[in-house]
Amino acid sequence: MRRRRGPLAIVVAVLLAGTSACAESVARADAADARVLRVCADPNNLPFSNEAEEGFENALARLVAEELGARVEYTWWAQRRGFIRNTLTARTCDVVMGLPTSMELALTTRPYYRSSYVFITRRDAGISPRSLDDSVLRRVSVGVQVIGDDYTDAPPAHAMTRRGIVQNVRGYSVYGDYSQPSPPSRIVEAVASGEVDVAIAWGAMAGYFAARQPVPLDVVPVTPEIDLPFMPMVFDISAGVRREDVALRDELEAVLYRRRADIDRLLDEYHVPRVGSLRR
Amino acid sequence: MGGCGKSDQKEADVRRGGALPGGDIAQLAEDDGQWVMAAKNYSSTRFSGLTEIDTASVRNLRLAWSFSTGQLRGHEAAPLIIDGTMYIVTPFPNNVFALDTRDGSLKWTYEPKPLRGAQGVACCDVVNRGVAYADGRIFVNTLDVHTIALDAATGRELWKTKLGDINIGESITMAPLVVGSNVLVGNSGGEFGVRGWLKALDTRSGEVVWTAYSTGPDTEVLIDHSTFRPFYEADRRPDLGVNTWSGDQWKIGGGTVWGWISYDPELNLIYHGTGNPGVWNPALRPGDNKWSVSVFARNPETGFARWAYQLVPHDEHDYDGVNESVLLDLEIGGRLRKVLVRPERNGFMYVMDRETGEVISADAFGPVTWGSSVDIKTGRPIPSELAATGNRKATRVCPAAPGMKDWQPSAWSPRTSLLYIPHNHLCMDYEGLEANYVAGTPYVGADVRMYSAEGRDNRTHRGNFTAWDPVGRRIVWQIPERFPVWSGALTTAGDVVFYGTMDRLFKAVNARTGELLWQFRTGSGIIGQPVSYRGPDGKQYIAILAGIGGWAGAAALGILPDVDPGIALGFAAAVPDLPEYTAQGGMLYVFALP
Repeated sequence: MRRRRGPLAIVVAVLLAGTSACAESVARADAADARVLRVCADPNNLPFSNEAEEGFENALARLVAEELGARVEYTWWAQRRGFIRNTLTARTCDVVMGLPTSMELALTTRPYYRSSYVFITRRDAGISPRSLDDSVLRRVSVGVQVIGDDYTDAPPAHAMTRRGIVQNVRGYSVYGDYSQPSPPSRIVEAVASGEVDVAIAWGAMAGYFAARQPVPLDVVPVTPEIDLPFMPMVFDISAGVRREDVALRDELEAVLYRRRADIDRLLDEYHVPRVGSLRR
Repeated sequence: MGGCGKSDQKEADVRRGGALPGGDIAQLAEDDGQWVMAAKNYSSTRFSGLTEIDTASVRNLRLAWSFSTGQLRGHEAAPLIIDGTMYIVTPFPNNVFALDTRDGSLKWTYEPKPLRGAQGVACCDVVNRGVAYADGRIFVNTLDVHTIALDAATGRELWKTKLGDINIGESITMAPLVVGSNVLVGNSGGEFGVRGWLKALDTRSGEVVWTAYSTGPDTEVLIDHSTFRPFYEADRRPDLGVNTWSGDQWKIGGGTVWGWISYDPELNLIYHGTGNPGVWNPALRPGDNKWSVSVFARNPETGFARWAYQLVPHDEHDYDGVNESVLLDLEIGGRLRKVLVRPERNGFMYVMDRETGEVISADAFGPVTWGSSVDIKTGRPIPSELAATGNRKATRVCPAAPGMKDWQPSAWSPRTSLLYIPHNHLCMDYEGLEANYVAGTPYVGADVRMYSAEGRDNRTHRGNFTAWDPVGRRIVWQIPERFPVWSGALTTAGDVVFYGTMDRLFKAVNARTGELLWQFRTGSGIIGQPVSYRGPDGKQYIAILAGIGGWAGAAALGILPDVDPGIALGFAAAVPDLPEYTAQGGMLYVFALP
């Protein structure tokens, strides 16, 4: 919270940027640390970000800001449909710390990590699927996340459908109840509580919450990485900016590359499973 | 909870003496000096008996006064006029204004200040379709899932009831309807995995009298098999709201009630539809998914269903069944039948027996490729090959997701026996392609592309205004429009029909021929509902809210479609040229003859 600056600070900055002669010395004194990294983020979505700035994307924003000699300012908006439109495109902020590299709504940096959809199971349950084709998925209860009805869903939902695995599949809304902390995490708790035997969810979220359950859980990337004909289970993740902000993108990219060892350590701390080798 | 409401109703009935069933609102609805509910009357005809403005005089129609709402998003609401006061509600933040119809002066303003977060959960712009009135009270729904009663004279808040939770994706956009001592309200949010409901609130206290869910066990859908008489045999089995789903998916099963409600005081039945099935790849929810995309006939006091009929079992194309039921008595096959007519989103015009739920006829009123026809014996539509979306790619699905006709209400003239339908002329392709990201979860989204039914590059014909004969089952005349016609329709005893276009024209056409008689260039595109009333000076007035937005108008909300072609579920790609015709801005226009 200490890094947040409200609208008042923006007004002050604008006033300082004016040409008034008597304000000039003050402006110069402030100019040294006047750069602001305006980050668009979800206020309630650990392990990525939250308003208390406890997520790894919050930490990443601090790291980048430090490199750029800037301070971080947040625009908070739930990361749902319209997130990019209401934040980045509306110019209330300039950077999203985590987006799929191939997302066309933004100009993305080269990826700084690659994660995968994962199987989440209770270690004591004796069920350990490794492949989406594992026949055990036909016999036990399987939790997947569901997104919407506009012909789209998370890849595991499609993978199960394609195999005709339907009756034993249970859906958890990826949106969840936004009044609760980190709404998408509900599916991990469902494995711990025995509500489902196996869940298939995005690794970055699942790894973090699996490590925080009262019983030991296993988190294992699914195979294959691409469920034929074209359903990827593995995604590269980048920082993103508006499509015209090429210079800012290049700056971010350089920082993410320079600090890659620190970023890897950060992702380890948050139990984010990584797969494959990354072309940074 | 219903106890105090019931006794209030008895007192009210005594006070009214020999009032019509449905009370003083039904009487007010008969008075063409007023416009007491969004649909004009319980039959939802949107017909005014006023004759001063007719096919000859309409050419002289002039602006009498106007009023800026101060809001920029899509204005879909119908103004109400009661005893010389006009009431309008804006899109989020749902401000209510009371205006003096003598001169347009402002009597009072009410600002509910709904939670800002509600904007993030509304699927398709932050619209509101109008307020309701009864017994000196105005009832307004807010996007953040509240219903509020106001003193119509002062704007003072009398009660405010929270009906749902924006945190699970619920919102409210529909216009409430008052029947007896109950105000009826349904939720929106089918895109977010909510469970649809219709609630009745006591108009005096705001307490919830009953809740009817669209999915789940009969006890929660309010089906009692001793009184439930659906027409089709397959619909008579118990707990279809559970058994036509896999597992407990019905709990996030959608079927929201965000559209129109009609009421037949003699049969004492309300009629409402339900939205698309919720939050789930169609292939992952095997079964009919009842009672999504369905029509219900319910008792307004208890909420219990008399009959139900599913328009689209196992919907795969977002064909919500929330459109208006126009209640008519028509001579069909040599006998007078009490029917309801529904210009449906799925492309078929349904004429149903409103006593029994029987489908009398169902005819395509534009290009339909997802299904071939409706089997009258079983009531089930016959899908085409296209309907199988499991393969994640389909070409030329007609109508597109917003349907042949979305929420925009039609009007019926008893003088011409024609139904006037504002609607869309769009088809779509979809394909799983682009990476997307929700709540930190990456996935491959579908690329939904909508375009004119005339062809992918056609930019001159994406909507229609159609006059339909429900007995002859045919189009009598039709006006092609550049954009989907997203406004409501109004017809009058002067044989004039009014509607508005997204390219800023408010039009009057001849009810018998479709000939354009008059038009007025408004400040912003029109997606509102025209109404008519008699002013204190005895003259006939026509009122309409302009202000582009809504699902169809999202392209004009300052976002270029080429930056974000997926906005508004592909609708923006169908109307990329809309910003060349209109900008935002809510404004009320009131017209009269000199």
